[in-house]
Amino acid sequence: MTAHEWAFAVLALVGVAAALRLVTASNVVHAALYLVVVLSMVGGVYLLLSAEFVAWVQILIYVGAIVILFLFGLMLTKAPIGREALDNQSRGVAALVALAVLAGLVYLFQEAFPWDGPRIDPSGGSAAAVGESIFARFVLPFEAVSFLLLAALIGAIVLSRKDDVA
Amino acid sequence: MIRLPLVLGFSAALFAVGVYGVLARRNAVLVLMGIELMLNAVSVNLIAFSQALGEISGQVFALFVIAVAAAEVGIGLAIVILIYRNRETINVDEVNLLKW
Repeated sequence: MTAHEWAFAVLALVGVAAALRLVTASNVVHAALYLVVVLSMVGGVYLLLSAEFVAWVQILIYVGAIVILFLFGLMLTKAPIGREALDNQSRGVAALVALAVLAGLVYLFQEAFPWDGPRIDPSGGSAAAVGESIFARFVLPFEAVSFLLLAALIGAIVLSRKDDVA
Repeated sequence: MIRLPLVLGFSAALFAVGVYGVLARRNAVLVLMGIELMLNAVSVNLIAFSQALGEISGQVFALFVIAVAAAEVGIGLAIVILIYRNRETINVDEVNLLKW
């Protein structure tokens, strides 16, 4: 294994461990903090793969904005403490389904991409290259996404506003 | 140099953990966190394939995934807060108005 692969393995192990703690945490705020760890590790993986622009967007949007939204959501709703109160009764079935998904995905991946197959040679991925691609080839989807964000903004305001009329 | 199957394995593990989170949790905010895990697994795959093929569009799509995730969390939490205001609970198994 190369140095890149060791670094990736460390990031991936920490990320998956934090994700496991996230789905088993007994305190919702701890779960949000584990989410920070997972998202940062994924951002680190992006950096290792030299997708630097996406990595910083991940840190800014996910760790910076989405986690804050989650914390606000947790603060505005009352949540009990304890796994029994936060989990439903079908934990065993859920674990079974998750394991089946994992087995299926791993099987498909190792069929399609052999271990000695092509390797990733991280290069490119700078803001310049990504921006050029967005504004040369994906202008329309980009505009559609901005419209989606606007619609979500208005929708969130309309939904959470207290209406005194009714 | 990173082997592609390593990255794919990481994303598969992340996705499976997200599936477990969505299915096993009853608190709606925690369910949304599970969805975030799955979206992140997809983005990791997009980046990995983008770099393996030397094709930048995968990274653009990862950016789109992040933008859509932001919209989804915004709307999702607004709905959760609305449900909490009306029912005093955000347990997804107790919200059964649309269930026959």
